[in-house]
Amino acid sequence: MRPTSPAFRQNAARAMADAGLQKALARTRPQFPAKRAAAVAALPEFEELRETGKRIKNHTLANLDFYLETFADNVARAGGQVHWCIDAAAAREAVLAICQRVGARTATKGKSMASEEIALNEHLAANGVTPVETDLGEYILQLRGEPPSHIIAPAFHLNREDWEAQFRKSHSELPADRVFHERRDILTEARSRLRQKFLAADVGITGANFLIAETGSSVIVTNEGNGDLTQTLPRVHIVLASIEKVVPTIEDTISLLRLLARSATGQEFSVYTTFSTGPRRADDPDGPEEFHVVLYDNGRSAMVGTEFQDMLRCIRCAACLNHCPVYGTVGGHSYGWVYPGPMGSVLTPALIGVDQAGHLPNASTFCSKCESVCPMKIPLPNMMRHWRERAFERHLMPAAARQGLAFWAWFARRPQAYRIATRVAMATLGLLGRKAGKFRRLPLAGGWTAGRDLPAPEGDTFFARYARAQRQGRL
Amino acid sequence: MSREAILGAIRRGLRRGPLPEDEAMALRARLAAHPRHLIPARSRLPRPRQVELFLANLEREYGTSIRVPTAEAVPAAVADYLAAQNLPPAFVMAPHPDLRGLPWSERPLLTWREGRAEATDAVSLQHGFAGIAETGTLVLPGGPQRPTTLNLLCETEIVVLHASCVVGAYEEAWDLLRTEQMRDGLPPRNIMLVTGPSRSADIESTLELGAHGPRRLHVVLVDDDPQALG
Repeated sequence: MRPTSPAFRQNAARAMADAGLQKALARTRPQFPAKRAAAVAALPEFEELRETGKRIKNHTLANLDFYLETFADNVARAGGQVHWCIDAAAAREAVLAICQRVGARTATKGKSMASEEIALNEHLAANGVTPVETDLGEYILQLRGEPPSHIIAPAFHLNREDWEAQFRKSHSELPADRVFHERRDILTEARSRLRQKFLAADVGITGANFLIAETGSSVIVTNEGNGDLTQTLPRVHIVLASIEKVVPTIEDTISLLRLLARSATGQEFSVYTTFSTGPRRADDPDGPEEFHVVLYDNGRSAMVGTEFQDMLRCIRCAACLNHCPVYGTVGGHSYGWVYPGPMGSVLTPALIGVDQAGHLPNASTFCSKCESVCPMKIPLPNMMRHWRERAFERHLMPAAARQGLAFWAWFARRPQAYRIATRVAMATLGLLGRKAGKFRRLPLAGGWTAGRDLPAPEGDTFFARYARAQRQGRL
Repeated sequence: MSREAILGAIRRGLRRGPLPEDEAMALRARLAAHPRHLIPARSRLPRPRQVELFLANLEREYGTSIRVPTAEAVPAAVADYLAAQNLPPAFVMAPHPDLRGLPWSERPLLTWREGRAEATDAVSLQHGFAGIAETGTLVLPGGPQRPTTLNLLCETEIVVLHASCVVGAYEEAWDLLRTEQMRDGLPPRNIMLVTGPSRSADIESTLELGAHGPRRLHVVLVDDDPQALG
């Protein structure tokens, strides 16, 4: 998809004025944090497991070349094939080539952010292969021609009325006057529609939550079962995965799985955790005849050895989105590309360039909630700060912002001047605002006061009070 | 070659060439040993409580269960369950010797077919390889005796599981899989860990059961393990 990240400010303003989106956000915002908290409280070892998970991923990244080669060797040993792809275009081509070689007309798809990242659907459709999204959320988004707004709950931004309206429009062969009494009726309609697609598909494409070097297996984690139908029924199974998905052993994978569902949906374990290894064996009654792994890089290897390497530990649980006050206010589409929220604010600049995505690391209050809930302990705010520095170094910020920062930096490096300046400013504001108790408008802060009033300072600074308290022996 | 380009870029980032042989050997030893990490204490229980934890977790995840004293009681349990759910007494069954050997003739109204599931099958009867108490998870490795489609295509899946196959943690189930199912270090093509019936929360973040897979998951637990009886 073409990024609209450069227009983040406009996107965010539009999102905040979108009544439907705000309704959806207000309803769903509190749910994920409450469920995660309950799941974490039910597992006393959770904190220690986070440390374990971080250690496993760090070990893997330090030996990433070795584990990728081991993985590829074992996929081959199991009768499958790994297609190494340097970028999104190569990955799209690799998937298409397999589809064309087997004469595929339709390809069912499990939910995959990788597929969004490489814009696979557009490419397949343009070349005569019809992609069919089968995850319920992805299915309606495909009907609506929209990208997902959340990495694990793609239709996060929709309300029930949106579902009903779209199904009436898209399933026009069904009686127009049918009634959707409850959400279940919507689900049942999608289930029966998609069941036919599963049975007719020539190729099934899934992502991967993990790739296991030890066994050459891919692992997917789902609740609906659509991913499993996708990788079981068609003749050909294609796994689309980026290079940082590899993990050394089954035991390493298990430890990460203990963190994933709890951090994501607050479930103790997802309904289906499936390990796929190679194509159907001689005596297997079901399963695909071909097993392919399209393993792509698309900018990740360039993060290895940099201050952004830790981001490659990400297991895409979405805890950082679910706890982010900015995401919760502007929704996922505002971020303008595939990965929203704090993890996207770090990953997107690395994948599409800080010149395109420079606003994203600024779309943060630095409250650090994301880092505190990240199962992989990724220092997200720190890395957003690194991106801000890079954007500053490359003169990507507007002149006024640069000058403002330079002005502040001058004072910040001169404590005496800083204290005098703040003392004068606070005393003045205190005097001016004594009567009203607040400021409705302030010069140079129009954007800030447009949405709220600034309470009038009491005339003192923190430093002055602290010094006074020390003198009086109260500290 | 893309492969060399990707590996080269990773090595440049790591500021080294291909791993020296001694380091590669250490990594191969780690793969061969596949060490366990921290295992949560919750499933380290006496056998009877371990089985109870498995069933309690299964129920918490919207599965149902019944305990029967012997394998001979399975046909009756299956027939009664289907009747209680208002389902026709017909199913597609995993061609597993444990299931084939059951006294099905005692319930003459039951009809079944062996093999993989088709889209028209309403009920499947699967053989459970193991149950994991930690989260109430069933271990269902695919293969000639346990078709994968049985776990996916039917609205109702019934799994026959022996109490002696209930273990505490995932790692213990994988130890069994490694011994009994893996050949030359390769697992079966498909191993499903199933925790409750299929569901989705994609519509307004509200949970609905029966998304694409089974709407009902019922476990018939055969108490073949004297140690596991309460």
